[in-house]
Amino acid sequence: MRAHRLLALSTVGALGLVGLAACDKSTSDTPAAGGPITVNASDSGCEISVNRASAGPVTFKVTNKGAKVTEFYVYAAGDRIMGEVENVAPGLARELRVELPAGTYETACKPGMTGRGIRATFTVSGSAQPLTADAKLKQATDSYSRYVQSQTAALLEKAQEFVDAVKAGDVAKAKALFPVARTYWERIEPVAEIFGDLDPKIDGREEVIEEGMEFTGFHRIEKDLWVTGDISKSGPMADRLMADIREIVAKANAEQLSPLNLANGAKELLDEVATGKITGEEDRYSHTDLWDFAANVEGSKAAVAALRPVLEERAASLLSTLDTKFAAVDAALGKHRRGDGWKFHNELSQADLKELSDAINGLAEPISQVAAVVAR
Amino acid sequence: MSPGAHERGRAASDHGRTPDAEATVSLSGVPRRRALSLAGLGAVGAASAVGITGSVLRTGGTAAANAAAAVPFFGAHQAGITTPAQDRLHFVAFDVLADRRSDVVDLLRAWTAAAARMTAGHDAGVTGAVGGMAEAPPDDTGEALGLPASGLTLTVGFGPTLFRDASGRDRFGLADRRPPALADLPRFPGDALRPEISGGDLCVQACANDPQVAVHAVRNLARIGFGAVSVRWSQLGFGRTSSTSRTQDTPRNLMGFKDGTRNLKAEDGALLRRHLWAAPGDGPAWMDGGSYAVTRKIKMLIETWDRTSLGEQETIIGRSKGTGAPLGRTAEFDPPDFALPGADGDPAIPVDAHIRLAHPDQNSGAHLLRRGYNFVDGSDGLGRLDAGLFFIAYQRDPRHQFVPIQHQLARTDTLNEYIRHVSSAVFACPPGVRGPDDYWGRGLFG
Repeated sequence: MRAHRLLALSTVGALGLVGLAACDKSTSDTPAAGGPITVNASDSGCEISVNRASAGPVTFKVTNKGAKVTEFYVYAAGDRIMGEVENVAPGLARELRVELPAGTYETACKPGMTGRGIRATFTVSGSAQPLTADAKLKQATDSYSRYVQSQTAALLEKAQEFVDAVKAGDVAKAKALFPVARTYWERIEPVAEIFGDLDPKIDGREEVIEEGMEFTGFHRIEKDLWVTGDISKSGPMADRLMADIREIVAKANAEQLSPLNLANGAKELLDEVATGKITGEEDRYSHTDLWDFAANVEGSKAAVAALRPVLEERAASLLSTLDTKFAAVDAALGKHRRGDGWKFHNELSQADLKELSDAINGLAEPISQVAAVVAR
Repeated sequence: MSPGAHERGRAASDHGRTPDAEATVSLSGVPRRRALSLAGLGAVGAASAVGITGSVLRTGGTAAANAAAAVPFFGAHQAGITTPAQDRLHFVAFDVLADRRSDVVDLLRAWTAAAARMTAGHDAGVTGAVGGMAEAPPDDTGEALGLPASGLTLTVGFGPTLFRDASGRDRFGLADRRPPALADLPRFPGDALRPEISGGDLCVQACANDPQVAVHAVRNLARIGFGAVSVRWSQLGFGRTSSTSRTQDTPRNLMGFKDGTRNLKAEDGALLRRHLWAAPGDGPAWMDGGSYAVTRKIKMLIETWDRTSLGEQETIIGRSKGTGAPLGRTAEFDPPDFALPGADGDPAIPVDAHIRLAHPDQNSGAHLLRRGYNFVDGSDGLGRLDAGLFFIAYQRDPRHQFVPIQHQLARTDTLNEYIRHVSSAVFACPPGVRGPDDYWGRGLFG
């Protein structure tokens, strides 16, 4: 972060008088000089006080003036997430602090937390110093670490809501929150899987639990909710889930990821889809597999997006294939949207599942080439 | 190179089939798979291995060497049609997912390159199963490492829906190039077709003398095709039910009868020109030198057949079960005499016997080159064998060959009590790939 700021300053200096006026204007918008950029989000709008900034840390203050829960994103090319705040409830304000090198970005509010969102261009100037190869890889892991942090923050929040609903005996609310809380888990599952002992406690399915180990976690509560409908004794199980999630979140955020982790994670998430979600094995009681499916794909996309500058430089045609194939997966999955969520797995026909499977295979094969590109 | 490799190469050439692994080394350098297998032999003990190989070859027992050898991939016609039928089959039909013509061309180029390599006994890709970066998935899946070419042939065909899909759309601008002979097959009486295992935009027939080699080829082609094509259905066959060369014995199908005695064979030059290969003027020029494949998965009601008396089985087929001779004659290759009366005064070969109804004399002289395989897909959940014949027939024009023959069979063949046609497909198989710069279907897409 410090390096970035120094870099930005020296470049501004070199621009000299010609750039002064512009600099004055934009520096007044940077957090250091003029406080955060305000974002007024509503259910149909996304007003941003200024659409440019100078390179370095930029802070957005997002206020939700609508009736729907919203999110705010800053995207680089290819929807690489530079920063995001999720779950901004109506009436609340949240800050997003993000480190932005010079370039063209897009901001997006997502009322209802779905879709592409309400987008606008956001320009950052001041530092055009090209990154070295190593710096690009560093930028990739930093960018992905930010993603992991945003997802784990949302996971803690939504899992707590889910756990609270279970403990309150509110079956309907717990059922509604189950796939939502899992979304944040599923997006970053390969990171969670680094911690081999915790992952099965949180997400183990009944048949994969080893002998002598208790069936706990999401799927245990899922079974209570959907099979027996009796959660009167599920409170302690819910507390254990929350404790395990807290532990894994702390570990995940402390983990120093390598670029190869990202590349392999992008592929593993699609493997998750192919083996567990298309078959309906993952959420066999609730049939909410498509929530997990979408989250896996989003997580995979986020990892590829973080690696985007590296891929652009080293394997541009692979990157364009990935863009096309991600779009094909989105299109195939998009047919099964219902409201803010998805159809249930048992509502899909064999032909629907085959189409999804084909789309995933079409994406997973090129994505399996990413690790070698990153490693070379 | 070890003496074993030298011997193997020489034996293969002695029998008229150049070991293509040698001829196509320029494609890729080292024939990786075989190099590995020889290394394996060396480790076991070079002396004994060479001794065994040598003696097998010297006694003229060249079957093993021939079974291992490579079949040339390049040529005027595609291999896998008149090639002496190998023992094993993996047949696969694909639907095209890509919507751009150039994507289909790219796929066919990539498939052709991989097929040229694999039929020569090489890995599917240039770096191979174990030669690439540790971080990358290998470009060959590896289960054929150490195995010889095993007579692998890969034969490609184009289905009617490639030219115009089920909704009538001409996705790739090919509709005006569809050969009239590639007509949709009509419905035949008794058809119990399952759409999900019928049809297809493209097909690949993989035949080899080692099932692992055939499966390896299809698996790698399917992998290369991910995103561009999707496997619609596939079928394994474990024993050939036809001979396509006079050098081969006639095998038996799962009914226990010799099948394919009167088949068109590689040696039937004039008949092949008349009945097998599409000729100039037949249809669009891109099919000249090609052939049309009809596939039918024919399930056998094995248990009821097995409870049928020997005499009835023989009159249903029209041949002796033991020798394969037509009823009333003495040897397998005796021509059937359909006028010959039996003991009861009725024809020895009944009027509704299978070989009578299928015979060219009963079908305006129409011949087929059959290349079917036995299949057993496990059992059916009711304790019965899920088994039968995966019928494949090549011909010059199905409208004048398979279709009239099958109409006749479907209407009157007594055998119908014991079989069900559950899948059906027809494909236009283009002429052969001429050389490394050519690719499957260039005439169609070029």
